[in-house]
Amino acid sequence: MIEKEYMLTNPQGLHARPASLLVQAATQSKSAVTLIKNGNEYNAKSILGILSVGAQKGDSLIIRIDGPDEVETENKIQALFAGNFGE
Amino acid sequence: MGIGVSPGIAIGKALVLKEIPSNLPKQSYHNNEEENQRLDKCLSTVRHQLENIRVEAEAKLGDMAQILDAQILVTQDEELLTFVRGKLKEGLTAEAAVYDGVEFYANLLANMDNDYMRERAADIRDVGQRMIRHLLGLEQSNLTHLTESCIIVAHDLTPSDTATMDQERVLGFVTDIGGRTSHTAIMARTLEIPAIVGTVDGTSIIKTGDMMVFDGESGELILNPSEETLKVYSAKQKQDRENKARLQTLKEQPSMTLDGRKVIVAANIGTPKDCEGALKHGAEGVGLFRTEFLYLNRDTLPSEEEQFQAYKAALEAMAPNSVIIRTLDVGGDKEIPYLGLAKESNPFLGYRAIRVCLRQTEIFKTQLRALLRASVYGKLGIMYPMISGLAEVRQANAILAVAKAELAAEGIAVSPDVEVGIMIEIPSAAVISDILAKEVDFFSIGTNDLIQYTTAVDRLNENIASLYSPYHPGVLRLVQKVIENGHKSGIWVGMCGEAAGDTALIPLLLGMGLDEFSMSAISVLKARELIGQLNYAETQAWVPEILAMGTAEEIKEALLLKST
Repeated sequence: MIEKEYMLTNPQGLHARPASLLVQAATQSKSAVTLIKNGNEYNAKSILGILSVGAQKGDSLIIRIDGPDEVETENKIQALFAGNFGE
Repeated sequence: MGIGVSPGIAIGKALVLKEIPSNLPKQSYHNNEEENQRLDKCLSTVRHQLENIRVEAEAKLGDMAQILDAQILVTQDEELLTFVRGKLKEGLTAEAAVYDGVEFYANLLANMDNDYMRERAADIRDVGQRMIRHLLGLEQSNLTHLTESCIIVAHDLTPSDTATMDQERVLGFVTDIGGRTSHTAIMARTLEIPAIVGTVDGTSIIKTGDMMVFDGESGELILNPSEETLKVYSAKQKQDRENKARLQTLKEQPSMTLDGRKVIVAANIGTPKDCEGALKHGAEGVGLFRTEFLYLNRDTLPSEEEQFQAYKAALEAMAPNSVIIRTLDVGGDKEIPYLGLAKESNPFLGYRAIRVCLRQTEIFKTQLRALLRASVYGKLGIMYPMISGLAEVRQANAILAVAKAELAAEGIAVSPDVEVGIMIEIPSAAVISDILAKEVDFFSIGTNDLIQYTTAVDRLNENIASLYSPYHPGVLRLVQKVIENGHKSGIWVGMCGEAAGDTALIPLLLGMGLDEFSMSAISVLKARELIGQLNYAETQAWVPEILAMGTAEEIKEALLLKST
């Protein structure tokens, strides 16, 4: 299991576009991917779950990945955050 | 009446998009397996439709196609489908189950303390509607092939509606719900189609085929207008279109007077994203980039890297034109808890802007380092706000020198052409501008505060609003002095307050020798057009005449007379 904390730096927060990218990365993974904010857990494979987090710029989010391809998935997700989801 | 969100006059017949019925069949007569099959078939068809729309949208709308990605994901969403299948097990029809599931999540979003997320509830409902229409065997609302030009009236427009819409035939949008950031509003502005949102009951009052006119700026809407009204609006529409077309031809042109004096007409921006609008409106650079957005609405200071990315984005977008970036300008009137600024009874005369930066120097240095690092991506000007005297300029420049030395030691490249200037917004700085001019590369006159400090009028106090005037001879004489002093030292002088975009003042400012006018993006082309109609030599001759006048009223009147 990998757990890593990220700071969200997109101006609009985790809105439709970055949320889609995150969900796409999560659904391609064979591992369970969970997003944790303020202690609440959300299924990162669900666009509705991710949108309902309502994560805004400056929020800190924990991504937990548990499964056979957790390292690979973690790399993908890390790249998304590092690249500001292409924004 | 509604909220005008995309300017322009629309005149035409209404096409009202009907909602799906509110009384969906609830109790299923199929067995659970059959309902599940109906749902599966619906999901795959709708996903297919959305994918096709997305392909079309990509070509037409670029980035907006991404919202459709989110919608496609909804049709295969684990959480939603678990919820919906659970409802099917309870004996609900697929349409009722989809409705419940979509509403559950849409309501989650709708109740968030964030305008953007609230608007996304509409996107989720859009997919839901599409699924339910399919299950009920209803036609999808189809704006792809309109037979005649019309004004679209709907409860709300959805991304799939606007993406596939026949843009040639759509004259305007009118929706019952929404605000400035709703999808309809954003799309309308992107496509430059007039729009009103938030009419509340538009779809129940307006019938398909009704003649209507509306003003996408004021939000005024008239149903079945009289001949007379129609004439007025037609004339206004014609005027609008002519103005727009004429101004567009100036987009790539220089800002030059009849006798060949060239100036810069630039835009004021608040985020790097605003560069898009600045370029669209023909701005020759950014004369004021307010950096406060990086610091507001958060709990910690923005990192150097985060700032660097923002500055780099703006510089790249505007290159080769320059971007003047103002260093942090906050005080006790803004809530930035982590800066520890106390509430003050006089925040505009208090601990703010450069005064904060010169005391909390680490914050300032971080910003300067980010600016310097970004400088290699375009043409950067760094501007210090709230300078009242020489010592502040020297202290700020000393910290800048430290930041430069640090970066040099770290082997990080910095452009050698970075200009450093100050905002002239405090009367004491204006008065000693001859001295300050020797220490900087440019001045930018911030009229909003210069007026307030010169006339001792709190610009937020409505009780004395009539005393706040850019035409006050005291203010204008200061402006003239600053320009003259700047030029004596061979530096350029710009203006980034509201006054720079005031068409009545532009001739006078031009005559005073102002080199750069920075304003809201939407005013740029109008200002350029005006400058192109003026004779510099003539406007120069007006200056002594105007500055000899005694009152703001007199000056305003004289200027208005000259600009007609």
